[in-house]
Amino acid sequence: MTTNHTGPTIQVHGLRKSYGRQVVLDGIDFEIAQGTVFSMLGPNGAGKTTTVQILSTLISPDDGHVFVEGHDLSREPDAVRAAIGVTGQFSATDRFLTGEENLVLMADLRHMGKREGRRRAAELLDRFDLAEAAGKPVSTYSGGMQRRLDLAMTLVGDPRIIFLDEPTAGLDPRSRRTMWQIVRDLVASGVTIFLTTQYLEEADHLADRIAVLDHGKLVAQGTAAELKRLVPGGHISLQFTDAAVLEKAALLLKPTSRDDEALTLQLPGGGDVRSLKSMLDRLAEAGIEVDGLTVHTPDLDDVFLALTGHPDTTQPQEAIA
Amino acid sequence: MNALAYSFSDSATMLRRQLRHMVRYPSLTFIVVGMPVVFLLLFVFVFGGTLGAGLGGVARASGTGDSRAAYLEYVTPGILIMTLAAVVQGTAISVAMDMTGGVVARFRTMSISRASVLTGHVLGSMVQAAISIAVLLAVAVLLGFRPSAGPMEWLGVIGLLAVASIALIWLAVALGMVTNSVEAASNLPMPLILLPFIGSGFVPTDSMPGPLKLFAEYQPFTPIIETLRGLLTGTAFGNDGLIAVAWCVAVAAVSYTWAMRLYERHSVH
Repeated sequence: MTTNHTGPTIQVHGLRKSYGRQVVLDGIDFEIAQGTVFSMLGPNGAGKTTTVQILSTLISPDDGHVFVEGHDLSREPDAVRAAIGVTGQFSATDRFLTGEENLVLMADLRHMGKREGRRRAAELLDRFDLAEAAGKPVSTYSGGMQRRLDLAMTLVGDPRIIFLDEPTAGLDPRSRRTMWQIVRDLVASGVTIFLTTQYLEEADHLADRIAVLDHGKLVAQGTAAELKRLVPGGHISLQFTDAAVLEKAALLLKPTSRDDEALTLQLPGGGDVRSLKSMLDRLAEAGIEVDGLTVHTPDLDDVFLALTGHPDTTQPQEAIA
Repeated sequence: MNALAYSFSDSATMLRRQLRHMVRYPSLTFIVVGMPVVFLLLFVFVFGGTLGAGLGGVARASGTGDSRAAYLEYVTPGILIMTLAAVVQGTAISVAMDMTGGVVARFRTMSISRASVLTGHVLGSMVQAAISIAVLLAVAVLLGFRPSAGPMEWLGVIGLLAVASIALIWLAVALGMVTNSVEAASNLPMPLILLPFIGSGFVPTDSMPGPLKLFAEYQPFTPIIETLRGLLTGTAFGNDGLIAVAWCVAVAAVSYTWAMRLYERHSVH
């Protein structure tokens, strides 16, 4: 996993792409250092997949420069292809072949030699917990198994750079954890990873740097901690049984907002136990009964609200007045 | 290995992939091989007696007075071309299926010979065409078809069928890519199945009315069928051989360029 190239593994400057009148990428810039995880965070339709498709040579940009390990993407696409591996959102396996045949096919296309290819296929089947299903056609695999095989196929030629386009979308929590561990192991072995996701939590767990993409523009870049500083803290929402009680509580607590119809109050605060307890004590002393309490921690919606001034409308919204 | 060797090795890998598909899911091969056989039986046994009587001594077997045998001799070269048309319909379907699936997107992000995905399809279809033609000829011989061809003529038959299948298969590859749906891809090559009818495949073109006769005589399948008929059964075919090869080379060159351009341009879904 060595390369003669020094400097950022991926450099992107002024990348633009439109389909007809619809602007998908409106001039984005970023750099990715070797051996790190770069996560592109954004809702559906923000341009994440388009970025991956351009960087992996599937489509060409309208404008801008991309260098992968120092190779100009538009001039030396084959040099770029030799360095990268891609696992897209949609299954890129051959459904008519078995899991093992899919891996051997990749080994053949990487010109690995018969014995080496078989050895590598067996090793990956073991590592991704697919050894038992190795001889079955992929059309019989579950979603999680297909995703694992997909990633295993990407790893056959030991690519130095891996693109993962929403690798955990649609996976159950356990498969998601497995996928996260695989990503961590890859980074530990020196691989550079470009990961797109809709989940702040996922970027938080895995990424060294996060870029937030919205309507084709990067609205923020930084570490997870840096981004969270941009987001206002969470809030606490209190539910009451009638308007009179709501009125009394509002006078006592000075909420940031109130909703007379839903009978709720919103207060700032991340929900640490001490401040919660003192607030509930004050309500109890005043004889105010609280019907329900929810603690809301910052998530992708908050990041979007803070960075773009509009909520991420593709996500189901929590009913907050 | 140099670039050329890589390109051979990648194409061989893709051919292996196609052959695996054929072995594992034989239904498409079954239809492709079976349909022309059904057509041969239909034309010989249902229409053959009547049509053979109207041939007017075009076939050798006419002299024997057995009109069905005469028609078998006349129609076999036409059905051979129909066999190729059936094979390439399968090609268009499997190319379209491949292009709408994710695995080709993966191939396109890999450092492999650009043409290899398509040459894999072409080579796979050539194998299918060879099987299909062998089966059809075997059935024809079982029914009493006795080609007069010597070794040189047989070489000519195999050579012409090879260039014709290369041309038609590349055309089908392009047709399979130009549409984005498998259903449309299965319909686009339909004219190729009909064209032998509007040519010398089933009846002599002389029996057709004016404008139709003109079309039938000059459309590309007619010289190919006439040449095959001449080589197999000893009828005269003049310079049809040259015209047939010229058509095949032209269709192959245009289709190959078209297909490669479509492949380069094709974006993922």
